[in-house]
Amino acid sequence: MARRGWLYVVPIVVFALLAGGFYVGLGRDTMVLPSPLIDKPAPQFSLPPLAEGESGFSTSDLRGHVSLVNTFASWCAPCRAEHPVLNHLARSSGVAIYGIDYKDKPDAARAWIAALGNPYVRIGADDGRVGIDWGVYGVPETFIVDRTGRIRYKHVGPLTEDDVTATILPLLAKLGR
Amino acid sequence: MINEIGHFALVLALCVSALQMVVPLVGAARGDAALTAWARPAAIAQFLFIATAFFALMHAYAVSDFSLANVAANSSSMKPLLFKLSGVWSNHEGSMLLWVFILALFGAAVAVFGRNLPPSLRARVLSVQAMIGFGFLLFILLTSNPFVRLFPVPAEGAGLNPILEDRGLAFHPPCLYLGYVGFSISFCFAIAALIEGRVDPAWARWVRPWTLAAWCALTTGIAMGSWWSYYTLGWGGWWFWDPVENASFMPWLVGTALLHSAIVVEKRDTLKTWTILLAIITFSLSLIGTFLVRSGVLTSVHAFASDPRRGVFILLLLGAYTGGALLLFAWRAPQLVGGGLFAPISREGGLLLNNLLLTTAAATVFLGTLYPLFLDVVAHQRVSVGPPFYAMTFVPIMVPLLIAMAVGPMLPWKRGDLLAALSHLKWAFLATAAAAIVVLAIAGVRSIGAACGLALAAWLLIGTAVELAERVHLFGEPLASVFRRARRLPRSAWGMTFAHAGMAVVIAGITGSTAWTEERIVNGKPGQSFDIAGYTIKLDAVNEVQGPDFTATQADMRLLRDGTEIAALHPEKRFYPVENGAATGVAIRTNMVSDIYAVIGDPDGKGGYVLRLYYNPLVPWIWLGAAFMALGGLVSLSDRRHRVGAPARRARPVADAGVQAAE
Repeated sequence: MARRGWLYVVPIVVFALLAGGFYVGLGRDTMVLPSPLIDKPAPQFSLPPLAEGESGFSTSDLRGHVSLVNTFASWCAPCRAEHPVLNHLARSSGVAIYGIDYKDKPDAARAWIAALGNPYVRIGADDGRVGIDWGVYGVPETFIVDRTGRIRYKHVGPLTEDDVTATILPLLAKLGR
Repeated sequence: MINEIGHFALVLALCVSALQMVVPLVGAARGDAALTAWARPAAIAQFLFIATAFFALMHAYAVSDFSLANVAANSSSMKPLLFKLSGVWSNHEGSMLLWVFILALFGAAVAVFGRNLPPSLRARVLSVQAMIGFGFLLFILLTSNPFVRLFPVPAEGAGLNPILEDRGLAFHPPCLYLGYVGFSISFCFAIAALIEGRVDPAWARWVRPWTLAAWCALTTGIAMGSWWSYYTLGWGGWWFWDPVENASFMPWLVGTALLHSAIVVEKRDTLKTWTILLAIITFSLSLIGTFLVRSGVLTSVHAFASDPRRGVFILLLLGAYTGGALLLFAWRAPQLVGGGLFAPISREGGLLLNNLLLTTAAATVFLGTLYPLFLDVVAHQRVSVGPPFYAMTFVPIMVPLLIAMAVGPMLPWKRGDLLAALSHLKWAFLATAAAAIVVLAIAGVRSIGAACGLALAAWLLIGTAVELAERVHLFGEPLASVFRRARRLPRSAWGMTFAHAGMAVVIAGITGSTAWTEERIVNGKPGQSFDIAGYTIKLDAVNEVQGPDFTATQADMRLLRDGTEIAALHPEKRFYPVENGAATGVAIRTNMVSDIYAVIGDPDGKGGYVLRLYYNPLVPWIWLGAAFMALGGLVSLSDRRHRVGAPARRARPVADAGVQAAE
């Protein structure tokens, strides 16, 4: 039987690449991501509501007050981890939080909200297009929009209580909602 | 004092493992029987020291000794004893101690029960095991010491995360670790075989029971974890493709492949390098799982305390063990001599197909779990991979696997006839068609996916039954002779029948829950009734009740069918003051075919409550089937050939023959 020696080397090469990736991955900060949209006006959009009869979510909602825009989806596990933080933030600070339900089934999203509580003032259902305009890589992502409708901050990944106290609340105070 | 003894025992265990990983290895290389003999007492001593440390920590939890930082951070004196004890492994430090405890337990088991192993092989296996133990003991002592003292001593602890305070979860981590860590034995056997340069049927027979035991534990552990998320997360779901779930599922998939390929090595002396590679990969995936969970490189609902420094340490261990093993594999595996040849259509061919599909499935899960990490590293992009990905990739791989699962056992070794095997399965074909037609007739054409799922389950179940029927010559001979054959059937054959049938039951459960779950989310006031799937749920009252360490809002519900009461349901929403956290108490009424599942949510402030009511058909079968699979593993484990003395190793070099005869 002919020996194909190189075949036996494949596993170690694959593993070396993998371990290298892990190492680089360890060093990275999972929560900071620069966005080209910072300090630019929020994109123009108009999203339908999750259920008929409710109001949707569009650019004009963001004018006149400081707001938080949070992208989420019921299929997204980190969003589930983040949700209590949003509930608490909405209750304790009173800031207007808007939701973009990203690439989700409206029924599933409604069930999710009913189960975990609703921190959002309004929720828009997005099939993915508005998300592209917002530069969404993956859910959850959270934006802070000032009273003139400009995006001032972007947070990638689930918000934690620490993020809220260290970054979000000071920024909200600075923007003077 | 007991804490200090525990800490000291841990240091002693480290010293013993250092000796154990060097001395027997040198002894085996030199053929020095005195040094080789070190392996057994060292493995037993290492176990005793780690057990001392483990029980010292348990004692600290039992008596709520808050002078240990670990106990203060993860327990409180108000907990019931069971949850005080399970608090030991609810946190990082304690669970790592449990990890090495189980590792040492397996090591000691090999030392005690491995009498029939050749001394040199046993010494090498235990040596490699000590290398793993050494690394993880060092990890515990340097980065995650559970015996760190706290001063001043707090009066009360911070408590346990409420959703972890659960009877099922108390036993879930030990089961999972028994599985993860159990695969370390297969790994050690693989490394020892590579060092010896020898893999033969005797080796496969020795390694198989350990793999089987680990597999049973992992199957049980995964099923318990899924059951736990079903009844505590209050969501009706039982699997979320979360990174932590995937971390336990990947070793299971590859471990299942290993279990099957080891059969080929044992019976036919072929597929050797592949089996060795699978053994290495299975344990490596367990290690990668540990790394993913502990290092915080991935975001998950199972938020464990994570620390980058620990991540680097575990990555180093992973590099040393997996990297070292694969280097050894690249160097030594080409020298392993292949055995019997076989035609593509044969039992071996079927098992190889099983292996390819299972490893591809594991690779898919691996890709889905790690893609977000690697995309971020390479392209600085962030994505989340959700269930849609797995529905599109994992399911298409499982379908041919399930189809082949019924055919494979019908094929003879070496060379088979596919048409002949399929003609034996004519009853299975009929059952499959019948299942599909019945589902379509009852549930309508839109249930085509469900029809396919249940048809697959029927195919596998009847296929497995036909295989058993043919083995015992059912229908062909008088009943007495059938019974005699059934009694004489090896336990491993019964094990396979149980496990494969269990898989069919699991598939039916998954199909039913995916296709026909009904859910109602309502705002209910006491006195109102709600209809779901032919049942009526009447909400009588909502009360505040007091638990041992929580207060709860509890609903009094009655489940009615056609006006008669079937059961009382008491879903509750608990609040834990010590931890300042909440947990859901789901009320489930099951008749083993379907579940009625009720959850109470937040009040609306006007006397009403958000209620979530689910009808989950066939869901109980998922765990019933998993239990059957684990039972099948246990039955197979009790097979005579694993218990009866040493399988004779074919004497290869003449010099070895004397040693063989002496045993």
